[in-house]
Amino acid sequence: MSTPLVDIEDLSIRFPGVRHGAPLVRGLSLQIRPGECVALVGESGSGKSLTARSLLGLAGDGAEVAAKRLLIDGRDALAFNKNDWRQVRGRFAGLVMQDALVSLDPLRNIGQETGEVLRAHRLLDNGKAVDQRVLEALAQVGIPDPEWRASQYAHQLSGGLRQRALIAAAIAAGPRLIIADEPTTALDVTVQRQVIAVLAERVAQGAGLLIISHDLNLVAQIADRVYVMHHGEVVDAGSVHQVLTQPRHPYTRQLLAASPSADSRGTRLSTARVSPAADALAPLRIEREPLPARPLHSAAEPVLQVVGISKSYRRRGFGRGKAPFQALGSTSFTLNRGEVLGIVGESGSGKTTCANIVLGLLEPDAGSVQLLGQPWSHIPEAQRRPWRRQMQYIPQDPLSSFDPRYSVLQIIAENLDAGGEPRDRAGVLLGQVGLDASYLDRHPRSLSGGQRQRVAIARALAAQPALIICDEPVSALDVYVQAQVLDLISELLASHGIALLFISHDLEVIRHISDRVLVFHQGQVVEHGAVEALFAAPQHPYTRQLLATPA
Amino acid sequence: MTLPSRTLPGAATYDPQSAKARPTRLPLGVTLSSLFLLLVSIALAIPFWLTHYDPLVGDVTLGLQAPSAAHWFGTDRLGRDVFARVVYGARYSLLIGLAGMLISLIAGTLLGLVAGMKNRWLDEVASRLFDVLSAFPSVLLALLVIALIGPGMMNVAVAIGIAGIPKFGRLVRSQTQLVREADYVRHAVLYGRSSARVFITHLLPNVLVAIPVIATIDIGSSIIAVSGLSFLGLGPQPPTPEWGVMLAEGRDVLRVAWWPSVFPGIAITLTVISFTVLGSYWQRRFEGRNPA
Repeated sequence: MSTPLVDIEDLSIRFPGVRHGAPLVRGLSLQIRPGECVALVGESGSGKSLTARSLLGLAGDGAEVAAKRLLIDGRDALAFNKNDWRQVRGRFAGLVMQDALVSLDPLRNIGQETGEVLRAHRLLDNGKAVDQRVLEALAQVGIPDPEWRASQYAHQLSGGLRQRALIAAAIAAGPRLIIADEPTTALDVTVQRQVIAVLAERVAQGAGLLIISHDLNLVAQIADRVYVMHHGEVVDAGSVHQVLTQPRHPYTRQLLAASPSADSRGTRLSTARVSPAADALAPLRIEREPLPARPLHSAAEPVLQVVGISKSYRRRGFGRGKAPFQALGSTSFTLNRGEVLGIVGESGSGKTTCANIVLGLLEPDAGSVQLLGQPWSHIPEAQRRPWRRQMQYIPQDPLSSFDPRYSVLQIIAENLDAGGEPRDRAGVLLGQVGLDASYLDRHPRSLSGGQRQRVAIARALAAQPALIICDEPVSALDVYVQAQVLDLISELLASHGIALLFISHDLEVIRHISDRVLVFHQGQVVEHGAVEALFAAPQHPYTRQLLATPA
Repeated sequence: MTLPSRTLPGAATYDPQSAKARPTRLPLGVTLSSLFLLLVSIALAIPFWLTHYDPLVGDVTLGLQAPSAAHWFGTDRLGRDVFARVVYGARYSLLIGLAGMLISLIAGTLLGLVAGMKNRWLDEVASRLFDVLSAFPSVLLALLVIALIGPGMMNVAVAIGIAGIPKFGRLVRSQTQLVREADYVRHAVLYGRSSARVFITHLLPNVLVAIPVIATIDIGSSIIAVSGLSFLGLGPQPPTPEWGVMLAEGRDVLRVAWWPSVFPGIAITLTVISFTVLGSYWQRRFEGRNPA
């Protein structure tokens, strides 16, 4: 066996003054060998990014890093000085960060960014050789036409290409270790797969890869070994197969059980438990509680009728004079009382345009929308206003949708109709979303992401709507919080008989919660049907590609 | 500038409990500035508590006496007590400065709101007005206005007020554009609120929160402008004990007596510094609570 690239035993990191000096990472042991992919998985704040950064000497100002053994490339990193670390960064280990748009300098083109590490370390002595190596690196990560792309700037590239450019910059100096911190989080499903494939290719070429993610299913596609982190400790470790099928720690079990999947439909996610395996080799079994049954409604009670809506925009700048850009092609659907319609698609597929038209924020070029049999599109806002209470909205980022001066009580009370004591009624609503009345005087800023989303749900319920529209309501939440919020939404649907239009890029979430699905692709609905039938037998090639399980 | 919190390990693990437990201690400069401004406010409201001398009448035979136990800041050429004049002068310098600031605040806020709303044409008109006004140094512009409307106490306030309009106008304009595009304003229509109600309950309060800080800092520069114009003889006329007027009067005898001009100078300097220190402190506290 070759020497490990990274060999850590009993690592702990603390910041004096933060959490009363308690370590944020403790007792962590980890090895990465050449040609091996190791994954750190955990929710936000579990210490996974901090661990990765400590491998580059970038744990942060004032960080106290201690370990029984911290070997990087066989050398004792605890004794490293500034210069030693500089040799590690970029040259021995390349870091791929999450957000490519803020990680790339907007004033330097892709070629300059990628070549930065070569120039900083003076690895190649002349400019031509640097350019040559940059083009090689860009080609290696599968960027087509690298000469042209090298002259472009970050904002001119799509998200997938930007992320690849970032990987190219990380591998330009041929590092033996690649550290990827949430490299695919902001990307669409199909692009995620391409990025993972690029990273897998590097591993096949003999590099070591440390991948950090909150998504266990994603790392399962690439990692050889997985370390599950929770509150700064590794709670579960082993091969991907081991961790996925025989999780040892309750936290890992909960994480697996709380992920929406093919068989979680109609059941609670947050209370799902991995059943104790009678036999270690038996496949993982998850015990689930059913959700309360939703009241049946006759199909003849449409809440929302959308008939042939479309929207296109004139092109500006370079594309001026070309045919207008069609953001949304002719789209029709009906949503009945108590039904959940999922809309799935990648960014730019037209799902947000569709939502904005339904919300009455945007007028369609053609077609019409009806809410509860009333005309909803092509009328002045004043005519919509009395019906607004019937259609409520739950945003992706609830915090920005709250007035920053408002307390939880004010946020909810603003959406209550006249009559009754607002404080009591808001308290009842908070109870329905699983928060007690003591939260009424809290400020949303002091709440966690899940709690904020609960407040947003309580605000929507305050209007007693017939229809709620959610735009990616759980995509910013950790798995277990997501499970709780999805359970909450499901329960409220059952008890209130509200129809739901649920927009998401996450196929598993859509499959878990929806009755019917619309698949958007490039502004068109390419497929429409009952969720189980559609997932079992997708008809359109794009849907098949979306659902294809990675090899 | 905000970074995603995951890139800042310290920020990601920020513990509000420990932050709450920490006693809030004011920086020394802020404490001193507050105390000094308290003193100035007393001088402004009840000057006769601080001195029993008359600021306007003196004994000419006791002219130009050096600071002593009887006359803390000495006497001027006409034998008036300089300390009494500095104390009574607070009323003029501060109130004219405050009035000037309020004129710029009100006019600037209204124009800024108009410019920040969606009408592009009105935005052009208001923004070009700000450009024209800030094309001149503010004291020069104030001089121009006084040349048009004549000298005098109120006219100085108006002149300084007009010169200060772009400062508030631009701030309010950008703040309005920021808040206007914030989700809680854009989405308010989804909850059935009328534009007028959104404007009053959500937009206006979140635009205006930024103003007190800038106004506090601006009082300082407004006071300097008042003193400057008074020094040139364009504001309140002698024997008014305004600080700028006192500087002008003291200038003639500077070779033989430093006290008639140095003490009003110190009063101006300390007042301006105090307002600036307080304003900057609030600004730092205010950061991170951006309404957008």
